[in-house]
Amino acid sequence: MSAALLARLREIVGDDRCLTREGELFAYECDGLTLSPKRPLAVVLPVSAEEVAAIVRACRALGASFVPRGAGTGLSGGAHATEGGILIECSRMNRILEIDAENRVAVVQPGVVNAELSAAVASLGLFYAPDPSSQQACTIGGNVAENSGGPHTLKYGTTTNHVLALEMVLPDGSVQRFGNRIGEGPGFDFVGAIVGSEGTLGIVTEATVRLTAIPQAVETLLVLFEDVVAACRAVGRIIRSGVVPAALEIVDRRTIEAVEASVYAAGLPTTAGAVLIVELDGLPVNLTGEIEAIRAACEAEHCQAIEIARDEAERKRFWRARKGAFGAMGRLAPDLYVHDAVVPRIHLPAILAKVCEICDRHRLKLANVFHAGDGNLHPNICFDRRDPDELARVMAAGKEILEACVAVGGVITGEHGVGVEKRDYMHLVFGAADLDPMMRLRDAFNPDGLCNPGKIIPTTRFCVESNPKARGYDAVPFE
Amino acid sequence: MTRIDDPIPAPPATTASDALACSPLAGRLFGEIHAATLDCVHCGLCLQSCPTYRATGRETSSPRGRIYLMRGHAEGRLDDPALLAEEAFLCLGCRACETACPSGVRYGEILEKTRAAVREAQPGGPLVRAIERFMLREVVPRRGRLGLLVGLLALAQRLGLMALAQRILPAPLAERARLLPRIPAAAERRRMPAFTPAIGPRRGRVALFEGCVMPEFFGRVNEAARLVLARAGWDVVVPERQGCCGALHAHAGDLERASELARHNVTVFDPMLAEGGIDAILVTSAGCSAALRELEHWIGSDGRALAGGVRDVLDFLAEVGAVDSVSGRAPALALAPIPRRVCYDDPCHLIHAQGIAAAPRRLLTAIPQLELVAHRNPEACCGAAGIYNLTHPEMAARVLAPKLDALEEATPEIVATANPGCAMQIAAGLAGRGSAARVAHPIELLEEASRGSTNGSGR
Repeated sequence: MSAALLARLREIVGDDRCLTREGELFAYECDGLTLSPKRPLAVVLPVSAEEVAAIVRACRALGASFVPRGAGTGLSGGAHATEGGILIECSRMNRILEIDAENRVAVVQPGVVNAELSAAVASLGLFYAPDPSSQQACTIGGNVAENSGGPHTLKYGTTTNHVLALEMVLPDGSVQRFGNRIGEGPGFDFVGAIVGSEGTLGIVTEATVRLTAIPQAVETLLVLFEDVVAACRAVGRIIRSGVVPAALEIVDRRTIEAVEASVYAAGLPTTAGAVLIVELDGLPVNLTGEIEAIRAACEAEHCQAIEIARDEAERKRFWRARKGAFGAMGRLAPDLYVHDAVVPRIHLPAILAKVCEICDRHRLKLANVFHAGDGNLHPNICFDRRDPDELARVMAAGKEILEACVAVGGVITGEHGVGVEKRDYMHLVFGAADLDPMMRLRDAFNPDGLCNPGKIIPTTRFCVESNPKARGYDAVPFE
Repeated sequence: MTRIDDPIPAPPATTASDALACSPLAGRLFGEIHAATLDCVHCGLCLQSCPTYRATGRETSSPRGRIYLMRGHAEGRLDDPALLAEEAFLCLGCRACETACPSGVRYGEILEKTRAAVREAQPGGPLVRAIERFMLREVVPRRGRLGLLVGLLALAQRLGLMALAQRILPAPLAERARLLPRIPAAAERRRMPAFTPAIGPRRGRVALFEGCVMPEFFGRVNEAARLVLARAGWDVVVPERQGCCGALHAHAGDLERASELARHNVTVFDPMLAEGGIDAILVTSAGCSAALRELEHWIGSDGRALAGGVRDVLDFLAEVGAVDSVSGRAPALALAPIPRRVCYDDPCHLIHAQGIAAAPRRLLTAIPQLELVAHRNPEACCGAAGIYNLTHPEMAARVLAPKLDALEEATPEIVATANPGCAMQIAAGLAGRGSAARVAHPIELLEEASRGSTNGSGR
């Protein structure tokens, strides 16, 4: 089968865009999640929806699975291939097809890089609001699949709030359009269902997205606290004050030290236990009062100091530092496992204390950098995958963290997706009655399960599959 | 039914002898190179900074992918070294990924060492590589031989033989011949004076590093540096025994020859530095200064003193107050107007390898009436990359195209850049598009503007 499939794929995209050499498949064995790699049978790089559709039809005809991939920056393994499956790499579909400034809409191919879209419309006074930390590399197609967020989600919402219409190759190889550029339409909200479906419903080949006006004024404050827990309490106070900041991010000392040692150094203070980054934007007339409200809230939680970015250049440096934080932790250890749980904000201080306790108990190096305003934790656990004992402790601590979050009404992922990485934690938040409609939706699009199999949902219709214990084996990496 | 994936098995190679048992290449990659690859956490922030990834969209042609291949081979998880060999040389070595990498992967260093390991594990190869190796080993670093060759080329150009050659040679060779700039007159290729005294009050003494290609093709740039430094109050010495820096050899995977050349330069410059005879060794070619400042990668602590003494000439001039008042002292140079529209284009080996971006722009904006125009693509590689445009002409042209687009949009009269390879590549590209813009080194513009200046006359 595989020889016939490869021959067909070569016919569709040509030899130079069909990669099958040992090293090529090796380099594509994982995305931003380096655990649990899988080598595909081939990697194809289509340049059009027609080619994607032809690839999908070829795979389907021969019963091969296929997985879409953007820049491979995802952290839950959503773009991991299945063994022997085809990886459809969308990096070559990277054209901005249309910019409609009057209607504040852009039409893009899936491989357009998030930050490059914002750069392309900046001269029109516009930007694309969802800003995942990997935005200088990640693609709009990947953002649609994962419903990506970012620091500014607090005010601007996640990807789903910014996608108006999609063109998608369905798993049967047909090309369909969903939604429209007005963003309103009668009938079912298919776009809403597709955004965040992690490539399990089909392969997005074009996205029509909303553009947002660049705010007239922006102020960025750095508030220094003795520790992360105190910073979390201040977040609660700020929200209660009624101000809606554009972003509320917490960065702890270990993270700051890593970033300040890197090319993204921005002069973030290394003296504080934690820094709360508060960004306010809107009309200039409003910001003065909002700054005072932030100051009062933070002082009530005994902040050590408040600094305000002096100019646009310094502000940009702060954000580059914040967004380089994940990668900067490579300075601490060869591997990094970042969790993505969300808890109701009121529980943030207690959960952060608990997360620190869990990692201390497992003798793990923890760094926190997260979207505090959304209650979206990112405990980064630094480790070396070559040490099996440490890997086991990382997995154990991760499980305890997620259970603690779920116990206070939280969920297991905020923006990184479920992928393969959190698939087996789905049972923590969903029972069979919840999973069943999800599976039925997926099967309506993807009846033979060849499109990105093994992601998000456990594959049997019985929830037993999502509980590793019930399947009778204990040593699983993500338990 | 999908099963939960097992953790990856422990890689077979966890010690150097394990690695060597896997393959000779694994053994060569294991220690230092492997350890450096572990700094990469696979975040991907480097991807879009990489010209070959942007051109191909392939993970294997990205920094992250190449590092993953290096690691895979070092750990004995890959058998066929051909892909790593191709990718290590398809990489331009522009090191833009280092400017993007939050984790501080020492990419340029491990790339050079990987190239050397690949070459050692697979000696020989096609005729082109043998010629390349002969040229690099036996011609480039030997001033007499290189001078003779360049003299012959100059003669061929003047007799119209090159134009003929371009018509009769097969296309790939003709394309390479087209990149060759018009070779300067013999007068510009003469040796520089060994000593040039400061004009006006003396600020100190510096050595000028000439390089191998620079004196033959860009003698006027070194000459401009000599004049500007003297006008700015610096005695300039040009040690006769100095040699090629070895950067081209290291980029080609010949670390052995690069190290020999480095050691020779150490014997020339270290005594001068030790005696306090010179304050700095100044370089006009970004590729050379980057290599010299990182000599420790090749020859360890033996290279420390020389590496510490080397400075890019523009960075040095900006810092010592050539055009600005520094600690109450008037600018060293008086500058006459140059009413031209200028784009500055960052050589990778200045901006990415040395972090120098502001100094050249500061010097240019100090020239009255010179209009420094930003363009969209200043920090991306132009595709020259040492001799890359000769070894990989097709990719070099693809990498250059976006820069030419950006330059056409900005409509400069002069494109200023500070590296010989970039100057040739951009000039050939602009000429190919029928652009009238000329290419100059910033120091040439500074020289033009400072004629009639003596130290301290700039107020």
